[in-house]
Amino acid sequence: MDLVLFLTFALIAVACAINMSLQRHPVSSALSLIGVMVSLAVLYVLLGAEFIAAAQLVVYSGAIMVLFVFVIMLLNTGAEKMSKKAGTAHFLGFPLLVILLAVASWVITNATSAMKPVKFGAFTGGGPREVGWELFTRYLLPFEVTSILILIAIAGAYRLANKEMD
Amino acid sequence: MYSLFPPEFFKLTIPLPGYLILSAILFTIGVATFLFRRNVITVFMAIELMLNAVNLTFVTFSNHFGKVDGQIFSFFVMVVAAAEAAVGLAIILMVFRNRSTLQIDDFDTLKN
Repeated sequence: MDLVLFLTFALIAVACAINMSLQRHPVSSALSLIGVMVSLAVLYVLLGAEFIAAAQLVVYSGAIMVLFVFVIMLLNTGAEKMSKKAGTAHFLGFPLLVILLAVASWVITNATSAMKPVKFGAFTGGGPREVGWELFTRYLLPFEVTSILILIAIAGAYRLANKEMD
Repeated sequence: MYSLFPPEFFKLTIPLPGYLILSAILFTIGVATFLFRRNVITVFMAIELMLNAVNLTFVTFSNHFGKVDGQIFSFFVMVVAAAEAAVGLAIILMVFRNRSTLQIDDFDTLKN
């Protein structure tokens, strides 16, 4: 059953990602990206990371994508136009990407195929209790630094989006 | 109960490279979108897709080593992505207000 779920949601994730790459309108791309994120959340549950799966749904496909959709709605520019200036990226891009994927897959297969397979329920340390314990003991300093980072981001976003500035 | 698959099929586990290669595929699609698309919002979404792919690798190795540290890292990546999305989209709004376009070919003030 693990394998069926994994294959189903991996296929959904890859199909949504390809669809995101091919759609001309940003709203269609945003919806496809939400599909990728939700299927990744299911894969996180399969990997025993319940808290991260919930955070993925709430933070990514909730907050961040709502922000994206708001901005698309505000700007309302319609489908993108093809440009003629993208020269070298189109010639070199595809071969280099294929090489990147091939080398990455080769290295991954060589390095990790002997490792033990993933079994659902074998790892149970991903609940909110365990994650919170680690977060507020060993990772307390990075947590506090992150809060300062978010504060700076709020101030910067407010300053940038302020109407009176130009 | 009749089943389409033999019962061993439902006991199959997922090999570790399956997750990692899925992550590599998603990352490559993200890079392709980043390179080939000309809408600045779609390019920004490609960055989010790449961050998601890396998160999947973190969580996979957290599962493999039986430690929660990888999940903490992916949590921090999520938080930084949220901050980055807020600031980046504010910058996009700003640029659109000045230039009235979202085509990244037109944003060449810093070139040369």
